[in-house]
Amino acid sequence: MAHHEPGHSDCLLEVRGLTKVFGELRANDHIDLEIKSSEIHALLGENGAGKSTLVKMLFGSLEPTSGQIFWKGNPVTIGSPGQARGFGIGMVFQHFSLFEALTVAENIALSMDDDVSIENISEQAAVLSREYGLPLDPNAHVADLSVGERQRIEIVRTLLQNPELIILDEPTSVLTPQEADRLFETLEKIRSEGRSVLYISHRLEEVQRICDRATVLRHGKLTGDCDPRAETPASLARMMVGSEVKSVSNTGGKVTDEVLIEARGLSAPARTPFAVALKDIDLTVRGGEIIGIAGVAGNGQSELFDVLSGEELVDNPGDINICGKDAGRLGISARRLLGAGFVPEERHGHAAVSSMTLSENMVLARHRSDAAEFLTGGPLKVIRHDVVRQASERIIKEMDVRMSGEDPDASSLSGGNLQKFIVGRELDRKPSVIVVNQPTWGVDAGAASRIRQALIDLANAGSAVVVISQDLDEIFEVATSIAVINEGRLSAAEPAENMTLERIGLLMGGIHGEDTPVEETRMEAAHAH
Amino acid sequence: MELIVAVLLTVTTAATPLLLAAMGELVVERSGVLNLGVEGMIVVGAVVAFATAQLSGNPYLGALCGALAGCAFSLLFGFLSLTLVTNQVATGLALTILGLGLSGMIGENFVGQPGVQLEPIAIPLLASLPLVGPLIFNQDIIFYLSILSVVGVSWFLFRTRIGLQLRAIGDSHGSAHALGISVIKTRYLAVMFGGVCAGLAGAQLSLVYTPQWVENMSAGRGWIALALVVFASWRPLRVLAGAYLFGAVTIGQLHAQALGFGIPSQFLSALPYLATILVLVLISRNRRLTLMNTPASLAQSFVPDR
Repeated sequence: MAHHEPGHSDCLLEVRGLTKVFGELRANDHIDLEIKSSEIHALLGENGAGKSTLVKMLFGSLEPTSGQIFWKGNPVTIGSPGQARGFGIGMVFQHFSLFEALTVAENIALSMDDDVSIENISEQAAVLSREYGLPLDPNAHVADLSVGERQRIEIVRTLLQNPELIILDEPTSVLTPQEADRLFETLEKIRSEGRSVLYISHRLEEVQRICDRATVLRHGKLTGDCDPRAETPASLARMMVGSEVKSVSNTGGKVTDEVLIEARGLSAPARTPFAVALKDIDLTVRGGEIIGIAGVAGNGQSELFDVLSGEELVDNPGDINICGKDAGRLGISARRLLGAGFVPEERHGHAAVSSMTLSENMVLARHRSDAAEFLTGGPLKVIRHDVVRQASERIIKEMDVRMSGEDPDASSLSGGNLQKFIVGRELDRKPSVIVVNQPTWGVDAGAASRIRQALIDLANAGSAVVVISQDLDEIFEVATSIAVINEGRLSAAEPAENMTLERIGLLMGGIHGEDTPVEETRMEAAHAH
Repeated sequence: MELIVAVLLTVTTAATPLLLAAMGELVVERSGVLNLGVEGMIVVGAVVAFATAQLSGNPYLGALCGALAGCAFSLLFGFLSLTLVTNQVATGLALTILGLGLSGMIGENFVGQPGVQLEPIAIPLLASLPLVGPLIFNQDIIFYLSILSVVGVSWFLFRTRIGLQLRAIGDSHGSAHALGISVIKTRYLAVMFGGVCAGLAGAQLSLVYTPQWVENMSAGRGWIALALVVFASWRPLRVLAGAYLFGAVTIGQLHAQALGFGIPSQFLSALPYLATILVLVLISRNRRLTLMNTPASLAQSFVPDR
């Protein structure tokens, strides 16, 4: 590494040889980083590259194993988030550290100095949010706000502390393209005031657009320090991933006339105050089609998945039709028997039981749909371990699942490998319908492209595929047609080649067409509470 | 008039221990801790209060020691569940069982002995008002403290910064920690407050309600207090309403049993429980409000990741 005298005067924050070890894992291995004043500095890397670990150390919520942090040239120890704030470091978290049951003003008050009253904070917050173009109602309960609005609270809360360095952790992963544009304007205003931003992302396009400098991590090690504008997306990707990621090939199969999964006028009330009601959803997927359902998180994606998979039943059996049968009142196993497969969003605790082995997890999902194969002993239903073992080995081979040991616990696999197994578990049955929710969330690029390829291959073989995803790149990569979900409503699916990023962004924001202006939908949503 | 006041006075006496214990547990649960040891803390408070008052002749010293005993007992719970991160449910149950046994042992020599009563303190002028005078302004110190606890807890939770931090910890301890709020310290203080309240509730039983020591004299009040907190959706004023409703129906059914309406006495004895649950279920029908008030991290152990 460059031999450069620590404590350069033009550096706001400097990091030398920072290392964090968790057990045997070196999450950060001798990381160097320099952030200058008035700079938007990107921290690039795939999921699991160690970005979050690094910023947690910078923000005092993790203790470095070794290495030194310099703040304005002076060596410092950042022992707690409070201390970090004291130095002038503010942080906007990826998984928001907001309290749903409290109001916006209360949430902001929690991170402020002790002597400010809540009324005062409401006022300050209102002023600041106008100044930066981040509209907020201080008295609203966080539980009622969209993800984009929640992020605004975090940003305003951070700005109120008047920090010199603001750390943003994957800020655009939850925003519509238009909301992201607004965020970039805010960031540029912050830079023009002489403050610096550490911008964590894995989106190359954004980084090239707004960042002055980029530090790239891979597997906890520093792999690049560059001016992102001088690089190409391909060269940046190489620093991030190490090798070229195999691109997904879509030869395009034939779309059949047979409708394999259909929802007609499907509505479902919200089950909790924090859930979204589904309103009048129409969805038709034929064999060979891949419908991508885009949308900002929290607009009814999981609710839609739940009613399609049978986790939640709907009142009218005819509202959902799978392979020609009314399925609205059928449970998950019954729908699997009709030929459907499902992959829910959360790997741990939903799609898989972390503390059980892979083969056990497979039996849990398929014990009824594959009873003839996996179970024996008549009413006793004894598990045939040999058959189950063979099936799980088949999946592991087919999906290239990498793991240690012969049949390890689900918890011991990395996110990407476990996800490959879970998707493979369904594909192994050759389902005629598959519904997947956020299939590659938090998965490394290699595993993501493997999973996407598998979904495309399934569709090309004549099955109907529904992919619910927040990742627009993913949607464009796999989908033959695209629909957008917003506040529990689904737009009509349109062929992918007719869709633009801009159009999807507008649909995500709730503009469905000339006949439904935004304001009106907002009002309705407000009344529904 | 005299009779009405006498009856209403018995209602306040029956409601006060429930109110105090429930108020303490409300604060504990708002911070995200579930202490099922309320019954144990009450009964330990009762025996220590009785013994101290009996030996020293001073009921105020008795009440103070009862409260301190409850607090000490809650510290045991805090040490196990917060510092050693044991399961809160199991630890709370163990605390109750321990409290019932321990109080029986301490109180063995005090069974059947005459007690010392906490005398009412008349508030000048106000005490001579008709009806409310004798009812509210001529009561013992623990009654005043119980009413003060409702006002104090409401103000503390919804008007002060520490109250806000406490609610935030109960809602999401991970986020609170990320903001630099001391989760464990706040929870310790909340648990200790719960212990003081439960200990005082016990002191009320053995110094006011029936000034003597009987084994297991808490008679399930700790459990009722726990249920009150949940059914009241963790709102102080609803706890007040629930405690007084329970007290009123308890006293009412006693009179009904005395008058003998031909209703089975078992049914009448069950009536306070039924009535309280029914009313509180009805007022907590608003699921949104209930969920907004439910501490989301209730009974979850917290271990900071460092």
